[in-house]
This record gives sequence, structure tokens and C-alpha cells, in this order.
Amino acid sequence: MNLTHFRFETDEDGIALATWDSPGKSMNVIDQNVMADLNQIIDHVVATEAIKGCVITSGKEAFSGGADLTMLQGLGMEYAKLVKTKGEEPAMAFFFEATSRLSLLYRKLETCGKPFAAAVHGTCLGGAFELALACHFRVLSDSDKTRVGLPEIKVGLFPGAGGTQRVARLMQTGDALQMLFKGDQIKAAAARSMGLVHAVASREGLVQAAKDWIKANPKAKAPWDTEGYKLPSNKVHSAQGMMIWPPANAIYRRETSDNYPAAKAILQAVYEGLQLPMDLALRVESRYFAQILRTPEAAAMIRSLFLSKGELEKGARRPADIPPTKFKRIGVVGAGFMGAGITYVAAQAGINVVLIDRDMEAAEKGKAYSHKLMSDQIMKGRAKSADRDALLARITPSADYAMLKGCDLVIEAVFEDRAVKETVIKSIAAHIGRKTILASNTSTLPISSLSEYFDRPSQFIGIHFFSPVEKMMLVELILGKRTKDRALAVALDFVRAIRKTPIVVNDCRGFFANRCVLNYIREGHLMLAEGVPPAMIENVAKMAGMPVGPLSLNDEVALDLGWKILQATKKDLGEAAIDTRQEALLKTMVVDLQRLGRKNGKGFYDYAEKGKALWPGLADLQKVKLPADSIDQQELKDRFLAIQALEAARTVEEKVIVDVREADVGSILGFGFAPYTGGTLSYIDRMGTKAFVALCNKLAKKHGDRFAPNRLLKQMAKADERFYGRFAPTKAAA
Amino acid sequence: MADAFVYDHVRTPRGKGKADGALHEVTAVRLAETALRAIADRNHLDKGSVEDVILGCVDPVGEASGDIARSAAIAADYGFQVPGIQINRFCASGLDAVAASAAQVMAGQKDLVVGGGVESMSRVGMGASGMLPAVDPAVAIPSYFSPQGVAADLIATKYGFSRDDVDAFAVSSHKKAAAAWAEGRFAKSVIPVKDVNGLTILGRDETIRPNTDMQTLGGLKPSFAMMGEQGGFDAVAIQGHPEVERINHVHHAGNSSGIVDGAAAVLVGNKAAGRRAGLKPRARIRGFATVGSDLALVLTGPVDVTERLFARTGMTMKDIDLIEINEAFSAVVLRYLQAFDIDPEKVNVNGGAIAMGHPLGATGAMILGTIIDELERRDLNTGLVTLCVAHGMGTAMIVERV
Repeated sequence: MNLTHFRFETDEDGIALATWDSPGKSMNVIDQNVMADLNQIIDHVVATEAIKGCVITSGKEAFSGGADLTMLQGLGMEYAKLVKTKGEEPAMAFFFEATSRLSLLYRKLETCGKPFAAAVHGTCLGGAFELALACHFRVLSDSDKTRVGLPEIKVGLFPGAGGTQRVARLMQTGDALQMLFKGDQIKAAAARSMGLVHAVASREGLVQAAKDWIKANPKAKAPWDTEGYKLPSNKVHSAQGMMIWPPANAIYRRETSDNYPAAKAILQAVYEGLQLPMDLALRVESRYFAQILRTPEAAAMIRSLFLSKGELEKGARRPADIPPTKFKRIGVVGAGFMGAGITYVAAQAGINVVLIDRDMEAAEKGKAYSHKLMSDQIMKGRAKSADRDALLARITPSADYAMLKGCDLVIEAVFEDRAVKETVIKSIAAHIGRKTILASNTSTLPISSLSEYFDRPSQFIGIHFFSPVEKMMLVELILGKRTKDRALAVALDFVRAIRKTPIVVNDCRGFFANRCVLNYIREGHLMLAEGVPPAMIENVAKMAGMPVGPLSLNDEVALDLGWKILQATKKDLGEAAIDTRQEALLKTMVVDLQRLGRKNGKGFYDYAEKGKALWPGLADLQKVKLPADSIDQQELKDRFLAIQALEAARTVEEKVIVDVREADVGSILGFGFAPYTGGTLSYIDRMGTKAFVALCNKLAKKHGDRFAPNRLLKQMAKADERFYGRFAPTKAAA
Repeated sequence: MADAFVYDHVRTPRGKGKADGALHEVTAVRLAETALRAIADRNHLDKGSVEDVILGCVDPVGEASGDIARSAAIAADYGFQVPGIQINRFCASGLDAVAASAAQVMAGQKDLVVGGGVESMSRVGMGASGMLPAVDPAVAIPSYFSPQGVAADLIATKYGFSRDDVDAFAVSSHKKAAAAWAEGRFAKSVIPVKDVNGLTILGRDETIRPNTDMQTLGGLKPSFAMMGEQGGFDAVAIQGHPEVERINHVHHAGNSSGIVDGAAAVLVGNKAAGRRAGLKPRARIRGFATVGSDLALVLTGPVDVTERLFARTGMTMKDIDLIEINEAFSAVVLRYLQAFDIDPEKVNVNGGAIAMGHPLGATGAMILGTIIDELERRDLNTGLVTLCVAHGMGTAMIVERV
């Protein structure tokens, strides 16, 4: 054998050990070369009489992260080329063969006649876990770091190397579908109880456990290749199947609004596959896999949620010449909801935090939030009380600004009021050293204007967290006019330390995320004013792919805040900058009716203990009521998505967004913009700028100038350009 | 095109579709055979002159398998030369069987055909043949599939029918059915199911409860709330009609059609066939239609198919004297009344499936018979029969007395 990625040795009992340890890489990844090695190993094990069976394990800290997505992208490009040169049918034949190869290889291993066992420690995901599933025996280490799972669905794909078929043959169909839909990473004990693996052992005893099993099972066969095998949930077309499939199909629609072809393909592959013997079932799975790989949803989600997200996290926007900051201590000023959340995520990352508020009581209250979050984790079995104690020990609440001395970074998160911010920034400035970077968590006030209260504006930056901080993965960094590279580098290092995803934008009213979101909410307001049934506004927004309806979202952020922003905009930019219908609606709700949102228990919804329901009085606010069946739902969806995408395009023209990846990643992680689109700009690119401009023009004609395409879009449409063409991001990642 | 006439029709009584129902001991073929024998015998038909037997049957498996129409014709002694075909358009199968019979007569390809239907729900079981549109994702997802009870609740929610509305309609169905029986309005057409010795097993519809009132119904819990919520079906219904915020679950066993056993037969032929057999036509089949309709509402097909049929026949609601619409669920009828703004006194005047039950494959033929009897009794001219159909369809037929 001539192996590059595996070490191969056979012990005196005739049991081989293939140790996967790809040279020069920190993580094993499945690519063509790994597949070739694996193929050699199978052939060698089968051909060598002295070898009884083979254990596959990893020589690295983790088992493997799965298949190389760029390899799949490469096959896609090859396919596109072949379509042009050889035609659709031969191109597809090539693509199907190429994308089936991994599945066939695993099936070869499974049916080779000699036992294979997977001994897994650390992360084992996607194609790597599918390899383990094809092995006749799977043993996991009991380490906390060990995680198995099939996360493909999260990037618009599905497990296409036997994953859907083997999981659906290992557990009840309902459980299998849920696992495949969720794509969660599963710990060893849970994987064992789900029946995904056979055993759990200590890390040291892992390989021995696998070898022992092989010794005891010299003629291993997968259960589904054994005569008399019965499906865990009986036949698909059976009384039991009637209990499973109708709700599975319904829940698919409930969870996806039928926007995610990969999830539908999972259903279809399992439905069809369970009616077939394994080899045919795998072929059917491969057919759907080849189809899903070519969907625009998969392409967009892989680009934004895997590649771009990873690049931004690894510092694509970080100034390269500034040495990385190792945070010993940071300061957070303002122990309210945001400050408390920032404190928690920093302490969670092992950073010491000084948490300042106007008195000790307020500061302690902010620290108590971390106590609560950690206690919740303990209740759920995700943390131990020692973890909570250690985390709390890193937080020092105080009312004394002098405590901020020596912090690498101070973030103010006080009340969103210019005068308050001014005082606080000046107080902080008086107590920190010359090297400390000062950041503001403002969501509305321009950073350049706040930086004027600080004597070192080059070391002042906006770090805009989203609420709730511990859950929202995006952090929006805002560069003031005078912000310099070191402030940006420190802020990026901090975001990396707390394991969130950064985007970097230039200063403007609302920055990036809120600008888009405000447009989304306004569209909901205007539909209400037009006479669209309130429930339809909310439901269609969700069907378009948004996580919450615009009215519900407005209730969460508070209607009076929206009212205030509107008034401020009117004051600063004039009457023409706001929509009078929206102003009238908010005036009625906020000023006349005191319906402020969730915070006072009444907004667009009424909030009761049993749950929330749309306020019936909304109907009385509508002068016209459009008959539901007369409304073009596609147009409502277009309006919701286009108005946000258009705003994103404006931020590109205004150079608020300078890297298109950030508009896409930021829109999905920041405000949940329909993830299947790949984000605001990918949404436009998929449609094509020509078609998008045509859509905007159509909507502008019917609904007003807010839909008028900007100059950049019109230029791009004329040349039929795409954002990822004209503004192709450089792949830089530090 | 030849005219198709209805020369006669019969039906069995409807027996409670459970193990304690009177017809549970009777096989499906025997039910169909009973109807086929009755329609031939009382009209002194030369059985061999029947050119086809078309029977609706929704779960044609087990003892109803293998083309039950041919089996029933053989059992009823029609002779080897009479063929049979079983068809399935879910709840409208019985009416579609009559329509298919009429179509062949109108097209001049046959002279005399028996259409009808049979369902032994107590013995075969509802859903025994499976429900692919619910199961295969490739069909279920674009179909917005939800169980019919959830769809009926969506109709009630969308069109504003309260629990009281649907219960009140159910009460009236029982009262009307009981009154119709008391006055002998079904006597002409209901033929008893007898054993091999000639003893009557069942002679009357078994599920009518004349004492049903708002209180008794009020105590029943909605049947589809839990299924709708936990099975994801409410969400599917709402995605089909997103102006609905949440489904108001109002239907239960008391205001939806009963599960029963029964069979029916309708004798359809052209003028010449009637003359040869010495029969007088009782009604002319003026027209019929079937449509696909909204998939999430599932059961509003009767509204759409009625519009289609009016367009085809050039008729309007003003031309219609009586209507029979299958009472699959209360809301189906209430929506129909609302859509056309019809006088309820013209609709289901002798009760319907909520009181007497809905033997799936047979009902369409049964209520066609009901309306012909009632047009004669009241000396009216034109009747319309319609049924909602699973998977979002609807069938309707207009008949007029000759």
C-alpha cells in the first residue's frame, strides 16, 4: 500500500489499525486522496488473509470534520463546465458518478466481508460520521470533546454518503428524521442511547475495545444486510407508517415553509429508501444528493454560512500587521441587560471582567445575570457548579471607575442617550491607560460623534452586540471616521475570543443591521395600514423565511423606540424622510393607546400568561380591509425581502459595507434574513441584478419610492453584474 | 348526444360502522349484492341486459378487494356477461360512479348501466387502503396535506363559523333525519339487508339520535386540536391560508359525518333501454362535473364545482329547487350556504351524513336517490347533489324530473 493520510499496522492477533492523520493539517478532512487511501486499505484488508479486521481511528485531537466542501464545490464547477462543452446529460452523468463515489466506497467497506470498527475520539461529523456509520462497530471515547453528528443540513446539504439510510435503519423513523433535520452535534452518552453507536469507552481503551469487538465478530455484517432484519418503525406503508409520515411532512412545512430543498430531500430519500434494499436505497440517496448539491440554496448557504462565516471569524478583515491581543481583563460599563450579557460572554471565554455601574447594587445585579445563565446551564446538565463558580470569580462588579485601570478593552453599554454616553465616556477616559481601546455598544448613535468625547478617537470603535448577547452570534463593529487599525484589530481579537462572528462596517445612521431591520418592520406597518390582515403580515413574513413577523419583532424591540427613531429621523432629515402612514400608525399605538410592545404587555400583540395573540383592535385601526383571498402573497414576500436587500445594496453604494460577505453573513446572523437565500446580497445575486431592479421598479410603481433601486444597482443591472462578481471578496484570512 | 335517465335507485340502511353495528356481520360484497339484486328485481330487469356495473369503493382492500363491482354482480346473479368496475374518488365515488355510468350512456357506448357504491367501514376499516397523499413527501408537501378534521376546522375559522354554529347544524341534521323517517320519506328507496333465510338484519338507518341537542354536543371535546397542534397540521393549514392566526378547532364526532356501512345502486340508461325494459324515467341527468380545489381547505370543492357546473349547464342557483350536499363536517355545509347565500330550507331537507352516516363509496349514490325521491314528493323539478372530496376535490350533478 502507498498511503499518505493513514498509518497502517497489524498486531499479532491479525487486527489492523488504520490511523487517520493527514500530514500538515490540524484536522482530518475527506477529499479525493483520503478516499483513495481508504479504498486501498479496504482492498488490502480483504486481500490479506492474515488480517482479521480493521480499526479506523484518528491520529489527531479530533476524528474528522467531514468532507471538504470545496471539493464538492469543485465538482460543481466541473459539472458546469461539462454542461457547456459536452451537454447536460454527459455532464450530469459525470456529476452523479463523482458525487456517489464516497457513498459507494463506504458501502464497499460495509460489505467487504471483514469487520471494520470505528474508534472515535473528538469531533466526528458529516462524512466522517457517515464513515463510522458504515463500519460494523462504533465506539466513542467518553471525553467531553467527543461529538458525532450530521450537520450538513445547516449549510443546505444533507448527509449523502449513506447517512440518511443508515440512521433511518438504526432508530425509529421519527427520531431519525428529527436527528437529520436538526443536524445537532451529539455527545457520546446520547449517541449511545440513541443507538447511533455501540459502545463508549475511555479514550485510552478506545482502540482496544474496537479490537476486542473484531476478535469476537470475525464475520461482521451490517444489521440491514442480515437476513430477517426488520425496520425499526415497520414498513413505510403500514399503520405505523401512517402515524409517522403525515406529521413528518407537516412538520417539515411548519419548520421550513418549504424553503429548504435539502430538508425535503432528506424526507424523500428516507421515505423511498426505507422501501428498498440497501444498495438501491443508497443509489436513490445519491440521486437526491446530486440534485441538492446543484441547488442555489446549497450554493448560497455553503458560501455564506460555512465559507464566508469562517473567513470572517478567522480575521478576513483584520489588519495583518498588528500583533494579536491576549485579553487579561476588560471593562464593561453599564450593567443593564446588554452590559450583563457582554460580561457573561467575556467571562465565559475566560476573560476577567470589571463590571461598572453607578452603584454596587446595580453592578451586582448585572453579575447576577451570569449566575442565572450558568444555573440554567447546570439545570440542563451542560455545566457543573464548579464552572459557575469559576466564571463568577472572573467578574468583579464595582461602582468605581478606577477599577478600569489596566483593562485591554473597555466597552460602554449604558443607556442609549447622548448626554449619558458623553458623561460615561469622559469618566472612563479619565481612568484608563493610553493603550486601552474604548468601545461603545450603541445601536443608534453615530460612532464618529461619540468618539469626540474621547481624547483618542483613533482608539474608539463601535462594538454592537445583538440581544440577547449570549444567544446572538453576530457582532457588528463600527469604524468611526477616525478609528484606526489597532482599535479594529483589538475589537476583532475580542470577538474571536468570545467565539462570535464579526462584521466590520463604516459609520452611518443605524449602521448595517438595524438599517435593514427598520425597513422590514416598516414594511409590516405599511401593510397593516393598507388593510392586509395582521395575521397574514406575520405569517407571510415567516413563510418568506424571516424568523419572526415584523409586528412581533417590533413588539420585542418596543414600539416607542421605533417612534423615537422615527421622530429623530424626521428632525434630522426632514418630513420627506419618513412615511406619514407609518407615523400615524405608531402615533396611535404609542402616544394615543400606550401600546408599547411586550415590555408593557400590549403592542401589536396582547400578552397573557397562556401566550400572545394579535390584538383584535388592530382591525379597527384599518380603514380598508383587503379580502384575504385577493392578496398576492408572493408580492408580500417580495416586499419583505426586497426592501431589506435594497437597503443592503444602498449600504454597499455608501461604502458602509465594504465586503459583500459581511452583508450576507451579517444579515443572516444579525436579524435572521431568510437563510436559504444566503443573505441580502446573495438574494439579489441569485435573482440577478436585472431581475431585481425590475422587481424594485415594479414595487416602486405600486408601493412608492422606497423601492426605487439605487444608482449602483441600476449600473450593475445594465452590465448584468453580480455583487460577488463586481465586489469579489479577497479570500484573506489571518 | 343521448340523454341519460335515472330509472330507479335503492340503498341499504346505514349501519353503525363499528363491531356493535348491525351490519358488521355482513360482508362488503353481500351489501353491494343486496343493492344490485333489489334494483334488478323490483324493476323486473333482464339482468343480462345491464352492460356494466360501476361501483364506488374507497378502501377496496381485503374483502372489498379485486374489483368488488364484478364480484357483487356475480354474487347478485347478473350473469357472467355483465362486467364490473370499481372506482375511487374518495367521498364522491358513489356519485362519480353514476356520472361515469351516465357518461357512457350519453356517449352512446352503452344503453343500460348500474352505478352505485359500497363501503363496509366496520369490516374493512377507514384508511385500510392507505393514504398516499399524506405519506409520500413529494405529494404531501405540495398538497398542504392535513387530516380532514383539521381542514374542516380551517374552513370554520376562515369563514367564521363558531362552535355553536357547527353544533346547531348537527342538531338540525338529526332532527330532520328523524322526521323524515317518521314520515316514511325514505320508505320508497331503503331496502332491508336480510340474512340467507330472509330474516331482516337491518331495516332502518342506525345512527340517528333525535334527542341530540346543543347540550349533549357541547360536552364533546374538539377531536382535532391535539393532532393539529402536535402533528404540525395547524401550521400547514395556516400556511395555506395565512390570514388565519390560529385554528379554531370546532369539529368533533357529533358534528361530522358518522362512520357507517352501506351500499346503493342507481339504474341509468338511455330512452331505448327504458322502453325495452318497460320502465318510466324518474329523472334526467342534466349535467355533472368534478374539480380540483383549494388543497389546504380540502373540503370546499362543492362551492367550486357548483360554479363550474352552472357555467357548463348555463344554469344558476335560481334554477335549483333542492340541494343535497354531503355533511362530511358541519362547516362544509355552512360554507356552501354562505358562499351562495342559499335558503337553508332548500338544503338537506331530510338530514344528512351527520345523522345517518357516510359510507364513503356509496354516499354519493345515496343522496342522489334522496333528492330524486324528495323532488317527487314535493313535486319540484330540479335538484343538485354535491360532495366534498379528500385531497381537495369536489363532484356535483344536476338532475331534473322528466
